[in-house]
Amino acid sequence: MPSEEELYQEHILDHYEDPFHRGHLTSATHAHEDKNPLCGDVVRIELELNDEGKIKNVYFDGQGCVISQASASMLIEEMYGKTIDDIKAFTAEEMLALYGPRLTPNRQKCCLLSWKVLQSAVHSPVASGDEN
Amino acid sequence: MTTTPAIAIDRTALLPVALRNDFPILSEEVGDHQPLAFLDNAASTQRPRQVIDALSGVYERTYANVHRGIHTLSELSTEQYETARRSVQRLINARHLHEVIFTSGTTASINTVARSWGDANLRPGDEVLLSVMEHHSNLVPWQQTAERTGAVLRHIPLTDDGRLDMEAFERLLTERTKLVAVAAVSNTLGTINPVAEIIAKAHAAGALVLIDAAQSVPHLAVDVQALDVDFLAFSGHKMLGPSGVGVLYGKEALLDAMPPFLGGGSMINEVKLSSFTPAALPAKFEAGTPPIVPAIGMSAAIDYLQSIGLDAIHRHESELTRYAYDALSQIEGLRILGPAPEHRAGLVSFAFERIHAHEFAQVLNDQFGVAVRAGHHCTQPLHAHLGIAASTRASFYLYNTPEEVDRLIEGVLAVQRMFAPQGRQRKRRQPDE
Ligand SMILES: Cc1ncc(COP(=O)(O)O)c(C=O)c1O
Repeated sequence: MPSEEELYQEHILDHYEDPFHRGHLTSATHAHEDKNPLCGDVVRIELELNDEGKIKNVYFDGQGCVISQASASMLIEEMYGKTIDDIKAFTAEEMLALYGPRLTPNRQKCCLLSWKVLQSAVHSPVASGDEN
Repeated sequence: MTTTPAIAIDRTALLPVALRNDFPILSEEVGDHQPLAFLDNAASTQRPRQVIDALSGVYERTYANVHRGIHTLSELSTEQYETARRSVQRLINARHLHEVIFTSGTTASINTVARSWGDANLRPGDEVLLSVMEHHSNLVPWQQTAERTGAVLRHIPLTDDGRLDMEAFERLLTERTKLVAVAAVSNTLGTINPVAEIIAKAHAAGALVLIDAAQSVPHLAVDVQALDVDFLAFSGHKMLGPSGVGVLYGKEALLDAMPPFLGGGSMINEVKLSSFTPAALPAKFEAGTPPIVPAIGMSAAIDYLQSIGLDAIHRHESELTRYAYDALSQIEGLRILGPAPEHRAGLVSFAFERIHAHEFAQVLNDQFGVAVRAGHHCTQPLHAHLGIAASTRASFYLYNTPEEVDRLIEGVLAVQRMFAPQGRQRKRRQPDE
């Protein structure tokens, strides 16, 4: 059973209170949103991919527990400037490692929500005029 | 700093703390070596030694399948299983023993009515009247039935304080209404619904009534004949009994007229290769090997509850609930879901604008040993109606104490401090922010 100091480490609370690129991207080429129906966590990720499949920019938005939102911020920061291939190669285990503290299976779902959304987002082009 | 608000508690309304000794699990530690305060009783309850012993006693001495052997153990098991049916009959005051059907739980009981009665009786345009506060298990089966039959679902709206809007109920009740299916007690709001009034008005309009009693039978005395209810559903695991068993009560004439739902062994009278004739009640609705040992355990749980008395249990829970409600009401920024204490049973759910229910459940468990539920508690439409994604729920039973409520409050205040904005800054990794 991880203790609270472990679970809510300072850098995690930092990401929660001061997230990386929370908001929307007017130039998004790809976007996806999903939720964890069990607890109502929601994460949306908007990506701007260039022709070479490189992430020019990426933003996330959402609502939910500290783990779901801080992990989204950490993931987006990690993937900024990387390529689609990097995203596809980034495994769930690596996501859990990036987050840090050991999580019980139920809380792993919170942590992996943004990872799942990002994996789907690269396959979800935004119809032009769809986003504003 | 002291965190416990000075709210009075009437200890004369409480049950003796010594009864906690009957529940071995209550001396467990959870989280960071905290003594357990189990406040998740609306999800499932714990079992006293008397129930645990009854269960192991069956397995050690009398277990066999029921209704099919002439050997000693089968006769013993059959007798115990049928005795369990009798104790349920007495608990809810059913007129006939065979009006008590053992199922796997409330969900199975409601599905049985939705499939069997619903498919046989609902026509396109007929209406089933539910409410916004229903548990998914009293919504989804009716959505499925509506899809099969063309029946229309209507929902009784709620008042601002989380009670059924009874004026709207009367407007929604028309000659098209064939069934009203509502919870006696909301598992999220705690609201005690006026079921006697609902039943009387529904009957006057020519509709039948199913009561989801999952949260009422364990906590309040229920008399099906006095209520004149048509169907009643509840679960063993929410009343100190094992999981895997529940009850469907139905009036004899209704159950007799309904086609069997599940087909298989036990529910038949005679089987030929291409046809069968169904058994009489209650076997008609108990296809296959029933939850033999869970039913016997449930009966031991009923004995235990009756030895203490449901009225005394209700008084105990009401006092704890009022105590918790008053203390939580003093916490700034906390929104209590549902009505004032006098309209509610033994639970309090709450939400915070800024802090997700997960944080409460996690920290309450790890640092305070308090087990609460975080999420939507199988009432997504109700949460959507309330405009929140999730809530935290503390639900009480006969073994809970005011000291446990104090730990809950202390924990809630700690979470509030822990996740208060502090002007934290993330270490910058990216140049272009
Ligand atoms: C009001 C209500 N109805 C139905 C159910 C479903 O009960 P079970 O899961 O035992 O079938 C529950 C339990 O969560 C409940 O609280």
